[in-house]
Amino acid sequence: MQEFVLQAEHLEVLIQVVRSEGFQLMGPVVRNGAITYDEISTASDLPRGWGDEQEKGYYRVSRNDSGAYFAYAVGVGSWKQFLQLPRRKVWEAHKKDDAMDILEVLDEVPARAFLGVRSCDLHAIAIQDRVFAEGQYRNENYARRRQNILLIAVNCTTPAATCFCTVMNTGPKVTTPTDLTMTEVIDHKEHYFVIRSESQRGREILKQLPLSSLEERHSLAEEQALQAAVQKMQEGPRKFDSAGVKELLYRNYDSPVWDQVAERCLSCANCTMACPTCFCSTVEDTTDLTGEHAERWERWDSCFTGDFSYISGGSVRASTRSRYRQWMTHKLATWHDQFDTSGCVGCGRCITWCPVGIDLTEEVQRIQQLDKTL
Amino acid sequence: MIPAIFRVEERNEEFAGTVTLRIRGEAREVPTEFNPGQFNMLYAFGTGEIPISMSGSPADGNGYIHTIRSHGFVSRALADLRVGDAVGVRGPFGRGWPLDQAAGKEVLVIAGGLGMAPLRSLIYRLLSGTPEVSRLRVLYGARRPQEMLFLTELEYWSRRMELILSVDHAEGEWPGHIGVITGPLDKAEIDPDNTIAFLCGPEVMMRFCIQVLTAKALPESAIFLSMERNMKCATGHCGHCQWGPNFICKNGPVFCYEGIRRWFDIRAL
Ligand code: SF4
Ligand code: SF4
Repeated sequence: MQEFVLQAEHLEVLIQVVRSEGFQLMGPVVRNGAITYDEISTASDLPRGWGDEQEKGYYRVSRNDSGAYFAYAVGVGSWKQFLQLPRRKVWEAHKKDDAMDILEVLDEVPARAFLGVRSCDLHAIAIQDRVFAEGQYRNENYARRRQNILLIAVNCTTPAATCFCTVMNTGPKVTTPTDLTMTEVIDHKEHYFVIRSESQRGREILKQLPLSSLEERHSLAEEQALQAAVQKMQEGPRKFDSAGVKELLYRNYDSPVWDQVAERCLSCANCTMACPTCFCSTVEDTTDLTGEHAERWERWDSCFTGDFSYISGGSVRASTRSRYRQWMTHKLATWHDQFDTSGCVGCGRCITWCPVGIDLTEEVQRIQQLDKTL
Repeated sequence: MIPAIFRVEERNEEFAGTVTLRIRGEAREVPTEFNPGQFNMLYAFGTGEIPISMSGSPADGNGYIHTIRSHGFVSRALADLRVGDAVGVRGPFGRGWPLDQAAGKEVLVIAGGLGMAPLRSLIYRLLSGTPEVSRLRVLYGARRPQEMLFLTELEYWSRRMELILSVDHAEGEWPGHIGVITGPLDKAEIDPDNTIAFLCGPEVMMRFCIQVLTAKALPESAIFLSMERNMKCATGHCGHCQWGPNFICKNGPVFCYEGIRRWFDIRAL
């Protein structure tokens, strides 16, 4: 690992070097009143001076005067949208008389770099890798998109109130493989990034940047910023013992908490759409008017919809109670048995984007409390 | 994963709304080996794809045999296919019946309604003598005599296996049992140390049969059942067939009751 300091005014150089290496650069932008991820062509596309306020069912971008580029927590949507496409054509089929053929749709996969990936989202990507690329069957569409992604992570020093990565052991500091990892530091009048290369590709990029050496005061300021983030989360309300949570939920399929949450939950599926690890999909088959051309499309689906569990005779999970229970138990319990990891990375998106402000960390704590009193 | 093109070579209407198709790969080299209890995803052009288990002999090597009941868009489109029509096939998928564990045992096959389809593959296999079993009993329940699958064949086989038929209702002459399948099952004598049971049918029916079996001291580890859930991909990616920690498509559809009992007992899981 090599570590250096990149002055904030040279962030533009990093961006242009990455682009000139042939990557389409995706990163945070302010769009429609929210920080989201899209193509970046210059540093001025970044949400400089913008932060986010997140709470249960609440999201606002807000101006700050720090001049920081990455002073928000996590964006609306997630990197998932570039890896597991929200909608894609899977195959085209043709039929003439009694001859049929089916052609797989393999679209161009651009070489992409992700800038500003948070530690929680790195974990989320690693979780989806397990689901799509490391099991018995490989999802080629995902694997091809994922393969060449250049990961430029940015350590999180500005968690939102909804964040609980410290509970899930997924942040705020990056500890998983990346190509480059940066920490943005604003210390008195100085504004710089501590930047580390974690791969050969990362080193090739570092070579082309105007860097200075990392001094102790830089490391110290970085450490302080990260420590402050940890502290902020530890002082917040979103704490539970994630170590025992699988067994807790396995014991509590009959908890009255499911009935209570079902009274509020709209089964709207927002939480599943916002979640960076939720991977469910469905397919749509269509034909044109001639009846000779058919297409199959795959799109994101949610365990909150009625026909998700439909088998002849009706939906297995007809009630909101059974759907919320399925979702949360999957995230925090069955996922461990399926993929040997939690399905939740503590990014808080589901809390922010739930229109009625349901917060899974509260629900876990409720179940925990009742579990203890029984 | 893209479906291979197969063609309907034979179509046989079992009773109104339920057909058995023999399909063969358009490219002759498409392998069609499978283990009894496995399933394919069958694609009806432009309509969709559904999981259907193989109901034919695994030794056939001559394409696949599938029995389809039409109750939704896709199954209707598949059931409406005519001889010569093309159909897309992905598979085989899933884990079938644990044949190795049946060797030397008294085998009890318990089928309800369309559940006979994946069990017929098993019966073919057991009648072929690999693995060799010490006794083969088939209990088959359906709503009415006209809705019994493969009846002629089953009766023909009854020289080599014990066949007990049961229907909910029968008009006119019916030599079998009338009532629920648990009736004859209750009467069957079972050697709990040397019996293995294979079940496929509606969940309630399997639930009641398992109660009878365990009451007769058959260990949970000797009971195997085939589960059904909504399925879009069959490769563990679409998430639809989750059942507790299990994916029916890759961890099943056949499960040992001992391993899934706690999930089987939870409603709306
Ligand atoms: S369940 Fe909620 S907090 Fe956990 S990863 Fe998904 S969106 Fe983030
Ligand atoms: S928990 Fe909230 S976001 Fe999720 S389905 Fe229910 S109402 Fe929608």
